[in-house]
Amino acid sequence: MDERVLLNRQLAQMLKGGVIMDVTTPEQARIAEAAGACAVMALERIPADIRAAGGVSRMSDPKMIRGIQEAVSIPVMAKCRIGHFAEAQILEAIEIDYIDESEVLSPADDVYHINKRDFKVPFVCGARDLGEALRRIGEGATMIRTKGEPGTGDIIQAVRHMRMMQSEIRRIAGMTDDELYEAAKQLRVPFDMVQYVHENAKLPVVNFAAGGVATPADAALMMQLGAEGVFVGSGIFKSGNPEKRAQAIVKAVTNYNNPKILAELSEDLGEAMVGINESEIQLLMAERGK
Amino acid sequence: MERVAILALQGAFAEHQQMLQRLGAETVLIRNLEDWNGFLPVGGDGVGMSGLVIPGGESTAMMRIIRDEALFEPVRETILSGMPVFGTCAGLIMLDGGHLDTMDIKVRRNAYGRQLGSFHTVSEFRGIGPVPMTFIRAPYIESVSDGVEVLSVVDGHIVAAQQGNQLVTAFHPELDGDTRIHEYFLSMMGRM
Repeated sequence: MDERVLLNRQLAQMLKGGVIMDVTTPEQARIAEAAGACAVMALERIPADIRAAGGVSRMSDPKMIRGIQEAVSIPVMAKCRIGHFAEAQILEAIEIDYIDESEVLSPADDVYHINKRDFKVPFVCGARDLGEALRRIGEGATMIRTKGEPGTGDIIQAVRHMRMMQSEIRRIAGMTDDELYEAAKQLRVPFDMVQYVHENAKLPVVNFAAGGVATPADAALMMQLGAEGVFVGSGIFKSGNPEKRAQAIVKAVTNYNNPKILAELSEDLGEAMVGINESEIQLLMAERGK
Repeated sequence: MERVAILALQGAFAEHQQMLQRLGAETVLIRNLEDWNGFLPVGGDGVGMSGLVIPGGESTAMMRIIRDEALFEPVRETILSGMPVFGTCAGLIMLDGGHLDTMDIKVRRNAYGRQLGSFHTVSEFRGIGPVPMTFIRAPYIESVSDGVEVLSVVDGHIVAAQQGNQLVTAFHPELDGDTRIHEYFLSMMGRM
């Protein structure tokens, strides 16, 4: 394997068991870092506000991202639009630690994703099922996250996507060798990737949960379903007490299997983000880029 | 059999666990004070066969959790009382003066810059020979006090050191297939 691809997969390994938080200002970035975030996602508007504002949503101002890079010592990620390789080139030029080719922004290309192998910086991509995940990895993504439904505070889609991925992984792991060729055809992915999943019963890269995580219990749920870490977007800075909630979600990811600790962490967190049910929203961001 | 506690607050603890299990050691993941108390040997003479690993990850995240879970003091005291400890990358940072403060080293965080500065190399490790070294947004050791042995230098920077019962590497031996540094750590716990 290309050494850069390996190093980029390995950075994702270091993020495991951690929480990656959306931040819009250096001040929020510092709060996130102090609360124990393992990385921050720098963006001008968090998904809930993108959803409320409507219109076309694009890569953030590089100056704003640099301000956040200077404010914290943990890795800084930023989003580009699906297929918008020029935005990705700009993010690489400012030495971002990870690019999220994200359905949260308006897609720039409705056919092609970015050829991520052209880049030295790593990419994380969203996926709803195993086929999507493996296609993104084939394009060069070195980390995967569920799409969930961003900006809603509703966990149902992230649960659906994680369950789908895990059950497909288990199905592939249990196949005979001759069944794998047909599986590769159905999933529309290269055979060697299906073979990897068959032999290792996991994705070849780290897999996080994202989209709709709002409480420590949400984070613990996703970890128990097989996530290796959690992205929290709107859930923290749209809540009543961001600092306390951020700390609680960090500790919930570490002790996701310990209900007693989770009970303590869930106390007195103040208002959670109000949230919208998936049935109430007009725009399903998870449908972007397949 | 050696029993090794692995601080599993955040980061690449599973990789250390796999490596140590391959070498035949028993591993215990430490996520909270109860786990730690369950791991600590009752009575004194078990200490000789016990050790602690602090993995790679983000040191700020680990510090937040180690304090809030009331693990900071017990872990620090155990290291100071002589239990062998092995810190990699963020785990190295955790042992310096600004953190658990058990090792007399001065560390520079993110010393190679951002992810674009991450690299892989093969370099000399004292007493072992050339070993593969993977540096991910890595620190290096700027200076050491007397009593700290330098075990490896890459491009003029200290990337591995030992002070008595404490072993640190700025790189990640748990990510490469080479088990020799983990074997060396087990030898510090009494394995011959």
